Amino acid sequence: MSDSFKDTTAQAAAGESPEPLTEAMLSAHAREVIDGWLTRFPDGQGRSAIIAALRVVQHENNGYLTPPLMDAVAAYLDLPKVQVYEVATFYSMFETHPVGRHHVSVCTNVSCMLRGGEAILAHLENKLGIEVGESTPDGRIFLKREEECLAACCGAPMMMVDHVYYEHLTPETVDRIIEELD
Amino acid sequence: MSDDTVQLEVNGVPVTARKGQMIIEVTDAADAYVPRFCYHPKLSIAANCRMCLVEVENVPKPLPACATPVADGMKVQTRSGRALAAQRATMEFLLINHPLDCPICDQGGECELQDLAMGFGRDVSRYTERKRVVKDKDLGPLVSTDMTRCIHCTRCVRFGQEIAGIQELGTIGRGESTEIGTFVERSVGHELSGNIIDLCPVGALNNKPYRYRARSWEMTQHATVSGHDCAGSNLYAHAVRGRVMRAVPRPEERINETWLADRDRYSCHGLYGEDRLQEPMLRRDGEWHKVDWETALKAAAAGLKDAVGRSGPEGLGFLAHPSSTLEEFLLVEELASALGSANIDYRVHRVDFRDPDAEPTVPGIGVPIADVEGLDAILLVGSLIREEVPILAHRVRKAALAGCRVSFINPTVGEWLFPVQAEIAGGAGMVAELAAVLQSAARKRGVAVSERLADVVSGAHPGPGHDAIAASLGQESVVWLGLVAEADPARADLFAIAEELARLTGARFGQLTVGANSAGAALAGVQPHRGRGAVPRPRPGLDAGAMASEGLDGLLLLNLEPEDFPPETRPLLDDARCVVALTPFADDALLSCADVLLPTGTFLETSGTFVNCEGRWQSFSGAGRPPGEARPAWKVLRVLGNFLDQEGFDFDDTDEVRDALVSHLDGLSHGAQDRPDRILARESASPARAVGLYGVDGLVRRSEPLQAAAAASGDPEA
Ligand code: SF4
Ligand code: FES
Ligand code: FES
Repeated sequence: MSDSFKDTTAQAAAGESPEPLTEAMLSAHAREVIDGWLTRFPDGQGRSAIIAALRVVQHENNGYLTPPLMDAVAAYLDLPKVQVYEVATFYSMFETHPVGRHHVSVCTNVSCMLRGGEAILAHLENKLGIEVGESTPDGRIFLKREEECLAACCGAPMMMVDHVYYEHLTPETVDRIIEELD
Repeated sequence: MSDDTVQLEVNGVPVTARKGQMIIEVTDAADAYVPRFCYHPKLSIAANCRMCLVEVENVPKPLPACATPVADGMKVQTRSGRALAAQRATMEFLLINHPLDCPICDQGGECELQDLAMGFGRDVSRYTERKRVVKDKDLGPLVSTDMTRCIHCTRCVRFGQEIAGIQELGTIGRGESTEIGTFVERSVGHELSGNIIDLCPVGALNNKPYRYRARSWEMTQHATVSGHDCAGSNLYAHAVRGRVMRAVPRPEERINETWLADRDRYSCHGLYGEDRLQEPMLRRDGEWHKVDWETALKAAAAGLKDAVGRSGPEGLGFLAHPSSTLEEFLLVEELASALGSANIDYRVHRVDFRDPDAEPTVPGIGVPIADVEGLDAILLVGSLIREEVPILAHRVRKAALAGCRVSFINPTVGEWLFPVQAEIAGGAGMVAELAAVLQSAARKRGVAVSERLADVVSGAHPGPGHDAIAASLGQESVVWLGLVAEADPARADLFAIAEELARLTGARFGQLTVGANSAGAALAGVQPHRGRGAVPRPRPGLDAGAMASEGLDGLLLLNLEPEDFPPETRPLLDDARCVVALTPFADDALLSCADVLLPTGTFLETSGTFVNCEGRWQSFSGAGRPPGEARPAWKVLRVLGNFLDQEGFDFDDTDEVRDALVSHLDGLSHGAQDRPDRILARESASPARAVGLYGVDGLVRRSEPLQAAAAASGDPEA
């Protein structure tokens, strides 16, 4: 409705601040990205932009989301907070707890399994001293859940490190890739 | 019309349906029950439980009846071999992770899952693997959770989103780890939140204060009407051996639909608190003594008579809570008249008593509750409608979502959970802001406001908000005064301006009324200026405000406690020489000012009638027994009448009392009211004078779960 008015001057004068502005937590760049996505959906369909918004916010926060950040996204998109939590907990690409800064996920679906994917995973777990779902204590590596086929079967076994695919893996190539990470 | 319908068959029987209807609506209408969990007629369709699978001829797979639109020539089978097999298979899946702990589940005996498992499931489980366990959530003091029982139908989630307007619960996680919860712990705080208990088809969400208190099959169900606001929501009270254990909604499409406000659901948990008055009590030489009924009634009669002896009938006053029953009002009025006093009132919450004759004979909202959702515009002046009448707020929300332009003029900004056209808060005060709207309306229509309002309107400066409100009002709209306006020191001004605004714009005028039965009080004559049938009294008595300023010798209180009075009039209670209180409760404040206490039943423990804000008379019978020696107030008043040697108190039941009033209603004057010549502008109060959601009466104030809920949501007033 275009003719909408909120006359809150009296309140503001009385020193009562409105809702804390949680959306101020979002960077200028994050807002710009979100605004870009919002233009692709009809007005009032902010819910459609949740995934894109969470992706940029998570990226800027070392790869994981926090409740205040999710609340900020909800405030920015004018949605109930829980709708953002729903999306963040549904998709495996979002982390809602602090994790290491490099995300490593090994595929163990059929093709990779036949080509030694499980051995690759076991090697990584041994090397890093953590199990799937955990991060190294120095906060460097997060061994994300086992992937169920990332559509790179022809290069099996494979893993994904920070959105980059590495194929035809052997324990030696895995060691080198991990060591090159900062 | 015929283009709009389709012909189909349900179990071989031809039926006609509207295009776009879902199969389940048609099978329901044809009395062919299809099992369901996620489908609910008041909620959007989720089609996620798959319990409603039916067979449709020439379709290879069973179809969900709740999400399949009807088509011409469709042949639906709800109980064919394939349909039943599909339903049985779904049931088996749903029970895989269900704990089957019915013996320790409050829902047992009234559980949709239990019933459908009996009717549509297998008789033994083939599942031997481990079941999942889900941690319970803390949703606050009203709703208990046993989340392992949840079948993820998402009714509770959709309720928040679609009915409450604030989604607090969500579907967290996915696949086998899906849980219903808030993710970040918080309590659900909406004023209708308890309805998720009824919606939940399993025992995952239950009534917390009622938890483990009774089983559904040992309770008796009593149809009654809620006594906390002017909607008059229909409810069932469930009782065990005369004690009320809980309240659930009683569907009434014209009023509360299938919902019940938390206040109406949980007030009964305040019935049996420590300060429940169970025996008549008498103050002798400053000491309270428990006495028998005869002694107490004699003392009460003597106290009132002595007051008349000392100060004449003018020294006697009668005050009743606006949530008293019609029959109680009538007998109090009878008593007052018999003793020769017209000092009688139910408007104890008021501070502004000017221009009483300008008010309508029977206060109300001016339209049927069910029609509210079809209005084009609603202006609420001085109203926190969500806490004043939650069920009406729900109708306003429906209207707003359908495009009705809803506006507010209030002391402070509110949180409405629906689209608002304009909200004018604070600023120059309600009187000035409302006058600005009136001026804008008059200007736009090129008409003059009446002479008596000229002063008020002349200084107004309408802004865009005022103009928008004025422009929105017309035929299908209402101007309502809320309870903040009712308790405002400038009530009469707001009333006059709002009424004029309605008249100028063609809108209907109405008031949200205090308590459950303001209309009943007006009809029964519990006002100093109007007697029975709201007929003007030849010699008006003192209103509640004047009683306080003039002082009284003797005072009879019905269902009132000092806390119900604004600070301005509260001293009246201490100053009166003899105070007789008919009351279900007696706290220290009442003990310190009363002289005779007569224990009575609450609305849950008496028969009676409430007249709601749309003028609907609703009679009900008692659900529980008043504890101890307490008796329904109408009986106490009847006997008190006898003790005062008065005629006309020989009623056998409340129906007789009510019928005695009906014979008076022919005289009900619907004609023009007397308006004062000139309105003296007063400033309205800021901040709002409001009692809060859970402060409206003694019963609500004593309900621990409601008070805890108010504290959890940080409501400073409740
Ligand atoms: S808690 Fe109850 S209403 Fe909510 S999703 Fe689970 S079963 Fe459905
Ligand atoms: S199975 Fe590993 S990428 Fe397809
Ligand atoms: S009732 Fe149809 S799928 Fe749940």
